[in-house]
Order: sequence, then structure tokens, then C-alpha cells
Amino acid sequence: MPKVQVLSKLVKTEKLKEDIFKFSVEAKEIVAQAKIGQFIEIRVTDSVEPFLRRPISIHNLDKENGILEFIFQVKGKGTTILSKKKEGDLIDIIGPLGYGTFDYSKFQKLGIIGGGIGIFPLYELAKEAKKDGKNVNTYLGFRNKDLVILEKEFDEVSNNLVIATDDGSYGKNGFAINFLKEDIENGKIDSIYACGPLPMLRAVKDLAVELNIPCQVSLEEKMACGMGTCVGCSVKTAQSPKDNPEYVNVCKAGPVFDANYVEF
Amino acid sequence: MNLEVNLAGIKLKNPVTVASGTFGYGREFSDFYDLGKIGAVITKGTSLKPKNGNKPPRVCETPAGMLNAIGLQNPGVEYFAQNDLPFLRKFDTKIIVNACGNTVEDYVELCRILNTLDIDGVELNLSCPNVKQGCLAFGTTYEGVKNVTSQCRKVLDKPLIVKLTPNVTDITETAKAVEDAGADGVSLINTLLGMVIDIDKKRPVLANNTGGLSGPAIKPVAVRMVYQVAQKVNIPILGLGGIVSGDDAVEFMLAGAKAVSIGCGNFADPYAAPKAVEGIESYLKKHNIEDVNEIIGKVQMN
Repeated sequence: MPKVQVLSKLVKTEKLKEDIFKFSVEAKEIVAQAKIGQFIEIRVTDSVEPFLRRPISIHNLDKENGILEFIFQVKGKGTTILSKKKEGDLIDIIGPLGYGTFDYSKFQKLGIIGGGIGIFPLYELAKEAKKDGKNVNTYLGFRNKDLVILEKEFDEVSNNLVIATDDGSYGKNGFAINFLKEDIENGKIDSIYACGPLPMLRAVKDLAVELNIPCQVSLEEKMACGMGTCVGCSVKTAQSPKDNPEYVNVCKAGPVFDANYVEF
Repeated sequence: MNLEVNLAGIKLKNPVTVASGTFGYGREFSDFYDLGKIGAVITKGTSLKPKNGNKPPRVCETPAGMLNAIGLQNPGVEYFAQNDLPFLRKFDTKIIVNACGNTVEDYVELCRILNTLDIDGVELNLSCPNVKQGCLAFGTTYEGVKNVTSQCRKVLDKPLIVKLTPNVTDITETAKAVEDAGADGVSLINTLLGMVIDIDKKRPVLANNTGGLSGPAIKPVAVRMVYQVAQKVNIPILGLGGIVSGDDAVEFMLAGAKAVSIGCGNFADPYAAPKAVEGIESYLKKHNIEDVNEIIGKVQMN
């Protein structure tokens, strides 16, 4: 089944932080076919300003009830308008998008690492993996205590959850990757799944290379169409020649890639 | 009611086409609707050899529009002929290939190949603002446009349309060059050269620094240019620049366009093109007009 455009009814809004919202929408056609790590594109207005759709990752899929949940931070014009939608409103959504998705089928001991607002798409991953009987180890990093979010939710879908803050104001003191590394060295992890800020993703990739562990990363790039036509959201492939780099699209080849395949 | 128009010898079932670079080779949009609903698909800019495009970030939103500096990333004409053309041919729509190159020789060789393919026409891209060679190098002067167009004309029997840049002092000069070179039609406008600065980083947002501005923000500029060109040349005009609806399309046709293209409007609403067809129909109904050709160039100046 292909991607679809739907007017989805907003059935629940939750304010998780001052600037972070969780929306639940009825989107049966999207939910029925969505895979872990995919995203949706939301048009926040019928007018031409702001002009483009907003790519937002899928946080949770309630397959039974056809409900899709996404979480977003208010950052600019588009997300400000979106945050003001009310329960009962219809939201114009295209999805599911992206062919690069999280795949843990060959592994047993998963290391899921996320940073800041990059943790949202990892929830569906942890949830499904745990359901499939995998050993789910989750490492979530935040700058400080005030920014810690979704601890309880991730705890429910992880066998082992580590919350870390850069300043030590909550959970473990330091970067989440340090604790992931310890557990890899102790033989607790056989594969890594990451989403978060670029410096974190780069460090995770380096770690995966160093310790020779398969690693998937979910990337972000500025998008226009979100479905592979404008070829705007490019990321360089790692094997391509320096003087003539080759690119793939985050929206179509990704957003989830094998870390070794791309240079970011 | 008649919606059929003859654009440069290409019979379109309706005047709505989709602009180069905003529709790929049709695959992604075929999930949403039967491509046979639109007059023509104008392909992504296609070159003789595959092209990798520019460094990211390549796109950025702007007020009522967007800036892009893709750099003509495409798989090359050979790949297109083998993979995309057979796919597009499954639909009852016309196929116009947007052709780009680095040198005059590239354009000519590409047209020679395109002439052998099962396509309905060629749109010569002399107007991409995001590549260092080709395009704008010939696209901004009467002589440059006339030279490359004439040489392509010699090897191309299929309908030839030339896409012009608005980044010139007088677009009617380059449009005249297209006509004098024996092309069948002219399309305008390509994007306007722009720049957006990230004020915190004190750097342009696009890695290429500058990019082409498109979207509703540029529509009045495009309408004005279509009108001016329509006064100066006799070959048909394919009008584009910020069209997102049937009303927008009608505006371009009144200004003198025989057909129109929906560009980045496809990104905001994937159904923009078929909706524009319906919008044109409603306009004709509302004004009791039987044939869409009757509105072409019918604007009355104040």
C-alpha cells in the first residue's frame, strides 16, 4: 500500500513541556502500514504561508485503534500554528514516509540511544522490540533535569533504561553514550539504534565502528517535499569519492540508515 | 467543455502540467492520483551523464515560498530512458523532458538522444541558477539563447520549448531569441535568484549560498513576465511561477500562457495539479466559457 494524504482527526493533545506537545490523531490508513522509524508530513495551514509541510517522526502507533502519536517542539511558524490545534480539529497529513526503517530482526540485545528531542521516534522501536521478546536497553541523554522527558513511558518499554544528564542534575552524570559503551564492553549489546543531535550521532557511529557493532541512525535534514521528488534533503554516501560526492535523500532512502552507509 | 490546448505542437488534454524538479519522474505522485489526469509531466532536469548535485542544505523555506539549490541532481538520460520513461508511458499523459547540460555540445548531444526516445517534447533548461556551468551561462543573452536553441533545433524534430530565467533585465529579449531560433514554445519563469541568511550563524542557510526562489511569493513577477512575453512573441507560452490553484492557472492564461505548470505547489498539496484542472473547469463554467482556449491572453489592461 502506498503513502496517503489524509485529514486526520486530532483526538488528544497533551502538553509535555512548555514547548513540547504530544498529539494523537486518527489515521487508520497510515497506521495500518507504518513501519518503525518512518515519519509523516503535516500541512499546518490551508494558506500559502507557511508554505511547506513539516516532517515529524512517528512516536507511537496504536495499530488496534488506528491512532498515531507524534511529539513536536515548538520552534518556528509552522509548529506554533500546529501547537494551537484543538481536539476535534482535522490535520492534513501525508504518510507513512521513508523507506529506510529500523530493523532489529537479526539481533537480540538492542542498544537504543537518543538525545534531547531526538528520542521521540525511538519509543515505537523500543515498544515493538520488547514485544518481540528482544532485550531492550535504552539510553536517553538530556542537557539537564528540566529537559528530561518521557522517562516513565520509555521505562515501560525497556528492560533497562538509563537516563543521563550532561550536568548530572538528574539520573546518571555524563553523556548517554558513555553508559552505552560500558554495556557494549560488558557484552550486553549486539546492535545500536540512534536518533538525536548530530554530534551525538557522530560519536555513536565512531563507537560502533570502534567496537564493530551494527548501528542504525535516524537522520534529519531540511526537507521540501518529504517524498523523494525534490531531492533537497541530501546526505552524502560514505563510499563516494571526495571530489564528486554522491548523495541519497533522507526522506526516501532514510530517515533511518546503516551508520556506515552515510557520512553526516 | 473543451480543456484541450495545443502547446508547441503537443496536444495536452488540459492546460495543467507539472514543473521540472518538483515532480521527479512521476513515481512518487502516482501513489496519489492517476497521472493521466494532468496535461503533461515535465521531468526533473535531465543531463547527458548522471549528476550528483550540490552539497546540503539544499532547500529552505521562505515567506510564501522556498529557496532551492539542488544543482540538477539526476540519473542521466540513459537511466531515464531505461527506467523512468517506460513507467511514465503507462499513463495517458504527455511526457516533456527538461534537458540540461554544461556546454552547448552537451545540449546538442542530449537533444540528439532525446529525439530517438518515445517522448512528446523537450524543454531546454537554460535557466537553472544553481550550477556553475551551462544554463545561465547561455540563458541570459539574446545571442546565447539563440545559439544553443538553434543548434538543438537542428537535431531535434520533436517539439522544442525553451525555459527562460527571470534573472535578466528584459525577458522579452531572450524570449525573442527562442522564437528567432525556431523553437516551438517558451516556458517561463524559472526561479529568481535569492539568498537567506541564518542570523545566528551569520552564514547563508544554503550550502550553495544562493538558490532559486519559487512559490506563491514570485507569482506576480511571473504573471507580469508572461504578459510581457506574450506581447512580443508569437510562439506559445508555458507559464509558471507560484501556481497552486485553478485560479492561479487562469491568471497566467489570461496573461497569455497557453498552458501552465504547477511547481513547488506540488509539495504543499500533492493533489495541487488535478485540483487546478478542476479549478479551471469551475472558472469556465462560472463565466459560461466553452473552450479554455478562449481565455488565453484575454486580460484587458487598464
